[in-house]
Amino acid sequence: MKGNVIKYARDNIDTDVIIPGQYLKVHDYAELATHAMEGLDPNFHSKVKEGDFILSGRNFGCGSSREHAPIALSHSGIKAVLALSFARIFYRNAVDGAFLLPIEIDQDAYCDISEGDEIDIDIHANQIKNLTKNKTYTMKPFSEIIGKIIEAGGLFKYKPY
Amino acid sequence: MNITEKILARASGRQRVSPDDVVFANVDKVMVHDVSGPGVIKVFDKLKKQGINVDKLWDPTKVWVAEDHFVPSADKVSAENIVKLSNFTKNYGIEKHFKYGMGQYGICHTLSHEEALVLPGEVYVGGDSHTNTTGALGSFACGLGHTDVAYVLLNGKIWFKVPQTLYFKLNGKLPDHVMAKDFILKIIGDITTEGGAYKAMQFGGSGINEMSVESRLTLCNMTTEAGAKNGIVEPDQKVVDYLSSRGATNISLIKGDDDAEYEKIYEYEGSEMEPLIAKPFSPENISIVREAPSVELNKSYIGSCTGAKYEDLVAAAKILKGRTVKIRTEILPASISIYKRAMEDGLLKIFLDAGVTVGPPTCGACCGAHMGVLAKDEICISTTNRNFPGRMGHVDSQTYLSSPLVAAASAVTGKITDPRDLK
Repeated sequence: MKGNVIKYARDNIDTDVIIPGQYLKVHDYAELATHAMEGLDPNFHSKVKEGDFILSGRNFGCGSSREHAPIALSHSGIKAVLALSFARIFYRNAVDGAFLLPIEIDQDAYCDISEGDEIDIDIHANQIKNLTKNKTYTMKPFSEIIGKIIEAGGLFKYKPY
Repeated sequence: MNITEKILARASGRQRVSPDDVVFANVDKVMVHDVSGPGVIKVFDKLKKQGINVDKLWDPTKVWVAEDHFVPSADKVSAENIVKLSNFTKNYGIEKHFKYGMGQYGICHTLSHEEALVLPGEVYVGGDSHTNTTGALGSFACGLGHTDVAYVLLNGKIWFKVPQTLYFKLNGKLPDHVMAKDFILKIIGDITTEGGAYKAMQFGGSGINEMSVESRLTLCNMTTEAGAKNGIVEPDQKVVDYLSSRGATNISLIKGDDDAEYEKIYEYEGSEMEPLIAKPFSPENISIVREAPSVELNKSYIGSCTGAKYEDLVAAAKILKGRTVKIRTEILPASISIYKRAMEDGLLKIFLDAGVTVGPPTCGACCGAHMGVLAKDEICISTTNRNFPGRMGHVDSQTYLSSPLVAAASAVTGKITDPRDLK
């Protein structure tokens, strides 16, 4: 999975900036996408391209349970968020709804990957290749259940029992 | 096993569970509201297109529905959502739908306890992050997104990773000028907004035993701001009395085993607690009120599931009685039952005499929805739960989080004020 990185070098990017509360009444996915990241980066909508990745620090997606957050990012074209860590509801919403991949990275990848870098994520090898800088990083492997739900294509397609 | 582990073991049909085990737990109760409900309806529409049968819910008697975020309907879109929600409950035979303008309604988490909708030992999930609140009744209460709630509505179960538990022990009572809100702010300041991530946060000790059920609800409510999966207090006679006075029967008192294990135990002395605020832009950005920055406030907001329960209003009334507010002040009781009690007990008169605007139950401005959102550069002191950029309105507005005592005292002076320093 190849794409370019949009980097927000900060911790605690919360759901109120990913999709502000005033849009919680909106359930049109395309409309939500036009407001993605509005609370932090008003230019996000104009610069994001299909297949891009977001890279950020610790506790990405903290705050509310709004599924609007992964929906707004996913319908903006974001295929994965790479972060040092994720808040729990954002993480499970992203996976169970099959909106995007939440990839946990280490400090090395976080510091080294720059805005605009082209990277290639291989979730089977747990590897991230930086094609721009010609470097390789490791990602934290998904836990067993998360791997299975991702493989199935979301919680409703996963048959555990 | 501790109480969280015992509930998850029982719900997943296992003798025993340990932290990090993945279980599919049978759910006892599930809640949606006017934001997550339409979100779930959208998921159902998608599933239908994929050929998945969504004709029947697993058990409509275990589902209840609240209208809280954008009610009374804030605009055309929210009005449509309320219609969608009403059609949904009608079509699926959900009888517990608390509609605004038709008797009891209010913030979903407030209804969970005011209406005794959730009992000790139950697995309760809701389409809202502050579902953690209800763990104060001794339930495993956890917030989920639309897809997960849709899954529960159709299958009656959902996966959980059994959390590690952090235990917060409060020794002795909190002083009169300190509220549960101050204690949970203190904890979040100590462990950070990520300190409870994926974990259970359990509260106990003599200070918790002394605490009212409503105060315990405030503690569990803001475990969400520490990132926790659930907040929980072992139920006692106070919980039994509270729930049975609201019509609940068959209340069982579940407790952890004597050899229950906790990842870490934190200890606090009640007598050492002080009124605190969380400064913009994070609930972990804590300061003692007496050391707070000297800012000119524009507004005081006493509302939300966190800070507009009955005892929160009593605290505000204690300060506002015979005084007038210096800045715009709104008080929005969290449910009609609380509103009514506040009227019967004379609290509303105290608020109105003080110059306060009393609004209807709603999440309102807490989540920047409506009913008093903040303009650019406006500064608010609020009894709510989050103060991230733009949370209560404009991205360049600022929110200081506090207890109802501090929010009311600050309303009187126009500056962040310790209730002890009010003349």
